[in-house]
Amino acid sequence: MVKDSSLPWRERNFEGIDLVEADMGIEIDIEKCTGCGSCVSVCPFGVMELINDKVRIKEGCNLCGACVDECTFEAIKIEKAEQKVSEGYKGVWVFAEQRDGKMKSVAYELVSEGRKLADKLGTELSAICLGHNVEDVEQLICYGADKVYLADDAALSDHQEDLYTELLLDLIKKHRPEILIAGATAMGRSFIPRVAALLYTGLTADCTGLDIDPETKLLLQTRPTFGGNVMATIMCQAKRPQMSTVRPHVFKRGTASKERKGQIIKVDFKKEAVTSRTKLLRFIEDLTEKVKLDEADIIVSGGRGLGKPDNFQIIKALAEVLGAAVGSSRPPVDEGWISYSHQVGQTGKTVCPKLYIACGISGSVQHIAGMGTSECIIAINEDPNAPIFQVATYGIVGDLFKVVPMLTEKLKRSRGTA
Amino acid sequence: MNIVICIKQVPGTTEIKIDPKTNTLVREGVKSIVNPFDAYALEEGVRLKERYGGKVTVITMGPPQAEEALRETISLGADDAILLSDRAFAGSDTWATSYVLSKAAAKIANYDIIICGRQTLDGDTGQVGPELSEMLKIPFISYVSKVEEIKDKHIRVQRMIEEGHEEIETTLPAVITVAKEINVPRLPSLRGSMKAKTAKIAVWTAADIGVETDKAGISGSPTRVVKIFFPKREHKSEMLEGTLEEQVEKLAERLEKIV
Ligand SMILES: Cc1cc2nc3c(=O)[nH]c(=O)nc-3n(C[C@H](O)[C@H](O)[C@H](O)COP(=O)(O)OP(=O)(O)OC[C@H]3O[C@@H](n4cnc5c(N)ncnc54)[C@H](O)[C@@H]3O)c2cc1C
Ligand SMILES: Cc1cc2nc3c(=O)[nH]c(=O)nc-3n(C[C@H](O)[C@H](O)[C@H](O)COP(=O)(O)OP(=O)(O)OC[C@H]3O[C@@H](n4cnc5c(N)ncnc54)[C@H](O)[C@@H]3O)c2cc1C
Ligand code: SF4
Ligand code: SF4
Repeated sequence: MVKDSSLPWRERNFEGIDLVEADMGIEIDIEKCTGCGSCVSVCPFGVMELINDKVRIKEGCNLCGACVDECTFEAIKIEKAEQKVSEGYKGVWVFAEQRDGKMKSVAYELVSEGRKLADKLGTELSAICLGHNVEDVEQLICYGADKVYLADDAALSDHQEDLYTELLLDLIKKHRPEILIAGATAMGRSFIPRVAALLYTGLTADCTGLDIDPETKLLLQTRPTFGGNVMATIMCQAKRPQMSTVRPHVFKRGTASKERKGQIIKVDFKKEAVTSRTKLLRFIEDLTEKVKLDEADIIVSGGRGLGKPDNFQIIKALAEVLGAAVGSSRPPVDEGWISYSHQVGQTGKTVCPKLYIACGISGSVQHIAGMGTSECIIAINEDPNAPIFQVATYGIVGDLFKVVPMLTEKLKRSRGTA
Repeated sequence: MNIVICIKQVPGTTEIKIDPKTNTLVREGVKSIVNPFDAYALEEGVRLKERYGGKVTVITMGPPQAEEALRETISLGADDAILLSDRAFAGSDTWATSYVLSKAAAKIANYDIIICGRQTLDGDTGQVGPELSEMLKIPFISYVSKVEEIKDKHIRVQRMIEEGHEEIETTLPAVITVAKEINVPRLPSLRGSMKAKTAKIAVWTAADIGVETDKAGISGSPTRVVKIFFPKREHKSEMLEGTLEEQVEKLAERLEKIV
């Protein structure tokens, strides 16, 4: 037996290639396998290898089936029961999130994207809005919704996830949409999975691409995984609705048209029927943000290269002349130089400003996952090999403590504020 | 207090290497670790035990080698660890994973609080916690950054949202997911490491916890990964040239055009 903890268990326990794969739900028929190797190169997870001219599968198989289709000798088998397709579901739904009666930008982005999906399917687009005295509900129609289901009640004004879960569940059961998309905001990520769990349907997280498969008419949901290194396309073949969450700013808002016609349908909210088990005692607003990151047209961000908390001053000074919001990579947040609400990246905010200025940020995949789609990216870094330059529109190799203040001064002068 | 922590074993890096010839992931040499976000869940569980007394049980659904991850949690203060392993679980998506975990929780019974990480390094959906809470029909609070108090079967916490912090109260039992801001996980203690070596790790199969196999694994999963590909990064960047002053000058010019 080989004793090496970096090796998968089966290699530690079994020398042979017989039968072990069956434990994972995938089986190789050793008799049929010719050792041609074509499956090995299609496995997206890199878990297949040829040993003594036979294929074997290491730990980490995702049962994606790519190898099964590739093998012309029918040597690979994946066992799974066929699921019964749910029928009678029609229409595309968008969950239109609001806060304090104001529609969130992501609601319009998703309605714009949902419109395209509905058109491809030749079906209706509905937006679901839960809240109290919500402004601009008609705007959802201007951006593309045919119908808006609106539940208006004082009890819905705070983020009452229990109530939202019950209400949305009821509406889905009654109207049976085939697709539902929602924003991957703190609230969306918290209560949409609960709705999916109760419906026994699939939910794909953080999609960056949605499309309709021309053949099956099913929703193709593409999302980054492994910190943005790999893209996966996911389908929900049998269960309905097909549900996805999408991060804010991933899709662009379309153009609103006052000409568009649509219907606002009031939803009866029976307060007595549902109770919230969680109670919001107080809300402590983060006031350190002058300009909200998610809404900013320009963001100036600082990274570990700043060296110490006080140095954020030079980032703030540049942000001020530009009327920009201040962002950060993760290390300054971890070090406590700046609060979490400023963090951009995989575990922070996703932003898509017109201009993103990265100062002393190396450009890890996790950081780029949060800002890579910005229209123009400027990188200031003393290391010419920093990966941030690969995504930058303009790059300056140099000491940020010289470059940034110089730039601030120049801009001040040209704007006549100095 | 009966505290249950859910952890997942994940590849120890997101810097996945890609074989340029075959365009597939290279797994070689990547060690499996406890999902980093779950370390905060475990630490909070151990701290709650230290504050209020009780027992910390760690569960994971995974292949047999996930036992290693469970041993690690014992060295970090867990009392008990259970491995949920069965070929019927292979290929589970978040729905099926949550379903299996809910069945295990039901067998553990009398739990007061179940703590999950905010997301994993690999699947990275953050959906297991909230889905699990519905399957157990108990309240759920996400992104908890501080447990203020547990008293009379109630819990008061702070949770993080985009706009700031919310203070929320709910009844126990409940499921919470924790943010990394909640604590700084401790290192393994010597005593813990000794205990981890000899600890008995229970293995529960589908039959042990009454999992209906058509609801678990690939058969029970509504979602399927149908394609994997590598994002193309085509890009034209301009590195500005000249002395630092000249570079800044050029940059300022370009900036004025954009804003
Ligand atoms: C699961 C997971 C999630 C993560 N989520 C996020 C996330 O959401 N957001 C995020 O940002 N990171 C995230 N990270 C962390 C990420 O992997 C990187 O560690 C992080 O982004 C690095 O931050 P940085 O670029 O500021 O620091 P570093 O990588 O240390 O880079 C500092 C840069 O500053 C430059 N520099 C130093 N001094 C100067 C100077 N005087 N002038 C000019 N340049 C200088 C250096 O050349 C270097 O390139 C995550 C990691 C993991 C594992
Ligand atoms: C490329 C790829 C993309 C995927 N996309 C999706 C998708 O969009 N939708 C979907 O439903 N599934 C998806 N999956 C499947 C998903 O990764 C698995 O279901 C996985 O078992 C759990 O999901 P997660 O890793 O996202 O966990 P998360 O939901 O991110 O985990 C949150 C917390 O739940 C707990 N937890 C998670 N897994 C376990 C476990 N096995 N045992 C104990 N506790 C656990 C941990 O506390 C963890 O911190 C994908 C898988 C791959 C490989
Ligand atoms: S493609 Fe089929 S025959 Fe060829 S190596 Fe793979 S399993 Fe064997
Ligand atoms: S099913 Fe997919 S992940 Fe598993 S071995 Fe085949 S190609 Fe690789």
